[in-house]
Amino acid sequence: MKTLLELTQVGIEFRTERGPFKALDNVNLKIAEGEYVSLIGHSGCGKSTVLNIVAGLLKATAGGVVLDGREVDEPGPERAVVFQNHSLLPWLTAYQNVELAVKQVFRGRKSRAEMAEWIEHNLQLVQMDHAMHKRPDEISGGMKQRVGIARALAMEPKVLLMDEPFGALDALTRAHLQDSLMDIQRDLNNTVIMITHDVDEAVLLSDRIVMMTNGPAATIGEILDIALERPRNRLELADDPRYNQCRQEVLRFLYEKQRKVENGGVENNDVGNDSDGDNTAGGPQRETAGAGEGRVVTAVGNKRVA
Amino acid sequence: MAVSLQLPGWIEPYARLFRGQQPGAQLAIITRQLGLPVLGLAVFLLLWQALAPQVQTTLGHLPGPAQVWSQAKGLHQEYRDDKDRELAFYQRQEERIARMLEKSPGAAVPPLRAYTGNPTFYTQIATSLKTVMSGFVVAAVVAIPLGIAIGLSGALYNAVNPLIQVFKPVSPLAWLPLVTLVVASVYDTPDPMVPKSFVTSLITVALCCIWPTVINTAVGVASVSPDLNNVSKVLRLNWFAHVRRIVLPAAVPMIFTGLRLSLGVAWMVLIAAEMLSQNPGLGKFIWDEFQNGNAQSLGRIVVAVITIGLIGYLLDQIMLLLQRLLSWDKKSVTR
Repeated sequence: MKTLLELTQVGIEFRTERGPFKALDNVNLKIAEGEYVSLIGHSGCGKSTVLNIVAGLLKATAGGVVLDGREVDEPGPERAVVFQNHSLLPWLTAYQNVELAVKQVFRGRKSRAEMAEWIEHNLQLVQMDHAMHKRPDEISGGMKQRVGIARALAMEPKVLLMDEPFGALDALTRAHLQDSLMDIQRDLNNTVIMITHDVDEAVLLSDRIVMMTNGPAATIGEILDIALERPRNRLELADDPRYNQCRQEVLRFLYEKQRKVENGGVENNDVGNDSDGDNTAGGPQRETAGAGEGRVVTAVGNKRVA
Repeated sequence: MAVSLQLPGWIEPYARLFRGQQPGAQLAIITRQLGLPVLGLAVFLLLWQALAPQVQTTLGHLPGPAQVWSQAKGLHQEYRDDKDRELAFYQRQEERIARMLEKSPGAAVPPLRAYTGNPTFYTQIATSLKTVMSGFVVAAVVAIPLGIAIGLSGALYNAVNPLIQVFKPVSPLAWLPLVTLVVASVYDTPDPMVPKSFVTSLITVALCCIWPTVINTAVGVASVSPDLNNVSKVLRLNWFAHVRRIVLPAAVPMIFTGLRLSLGVAWMVLIAAEMLSQNPGLGKFIWDEFQNGNAQSLGRIVVAVITIGLIGYLLDQIMLLLQRLLSWDKKSVTR
């Protein structure tokens, strides 16, 4: 399949009071059309920054992003974003929120009736047609996120960018939305970049999982191909050894190779660099493994609940 | 459920009491929301009645509630008398015209002469309301666009903020002489459409009440969530659409808060402005009573004071109602 989106040598430096801070360095990634890619990493590792650069909301200070042969230099609806906290306009109904996007994107290309049909079609896709004339404060968090997804889908983006789309939802609602998203994805086959910190979500939804190293100067650590055939069923996969192997891979990366060190500042950097450069067993490495195992158990526990 | 949502909250306990749901609890609620205010009012009236005679002035002792009430009735009677006089005035004219037409049927009918009686208490109230609304509308028309501009541009905010902070606390009494002189020389026509004193009061009111709306609008605009701004960017809304679709609606609750504060300030300022600029209205009414100084004056001033308070409260409630009807953010209204 042809490459739709290409990140080349992307880096970004923020100017701070304590001098320049290099958040990302040398991020290289090719994404094919119709591919579902997850970015996973510890909080603060710069995965949101990558997404914002692709969205055009942040400008890379090094390298660049090319989408479909064109360099990305400003935000636009062909790279629609689903924000973590839905970002619906609270004074508009679900329908009107989608309408705002549709009118902006399809002005002059669709008739009024076609637009109305398209809006309703997208709300049906996310199963929100029953409540499309309700305002955001009248519907639940999961429903708001559904409308947010409908708004993004309605822009017919070349790439759908999702910034922890289900991060603020409870486990059950999250599972429902993941299933909905897989159904939609089966029909539309969108190209998607999704940020997540949920290992199960990443494995369940993605074709590839891009694992990011800890910042500063974060970059892509490993990329994992998820060769599980679609459609995927979360219950069947729970007992599938390949699924569990994928999870293990991601967990090992997050909790052994890139253990998050919670003490900030310069020390943080040093420890991070240590474990980056030296992946063989060592003093701090053994501690890491211990902490990692603890979290693995928790993650499995979560899985059972979901 | 649907019905109770449409009714104002205070009716609910009565409705429940009527239906016999937990009558004890409902009575407790009614006592709290009706009984206690009535009790407070009663204690206030008793203290007033008891203490007012102790305060001696050159015009006699301060009036108690009973005297004030009789003055209120007196003011109402004056209005009735004036209405009767007006009616009689027009009747006399019509009779005269009728007699004229009887004598010579083809004669040209002279136009009716308008009645010019002394302003009654109610005309004073009407004039005050007209002045305060004019000043308030002028202030709002300037303040909302200005507030939006300041909220959108950090540079403009920095440039204008010190000026706002300095002008905001200036008393209407300080503005008034300046405004009077400027109006006297600028608005100098032999046959003015509206009296100068009206323009002076209006401008003074506008100058004093503009600031809460400017500040609140600016804050409302500046605090539009960055996520909504990002939505606007992703949709590539142009500047105008961005302001109309995102910024303005997002700021509406704060704009209303500002307008409500402004209207309160406007009403306070107006009374002072009317007193000094001799613009007809409640302020002038009080001033005239103070100058005339007869036995009834103190009572009539107290009537005016209470009226001013009640109208101020009513204006605030009307703004609140407007906010409920027009603002999308119903939660911010309940304050």
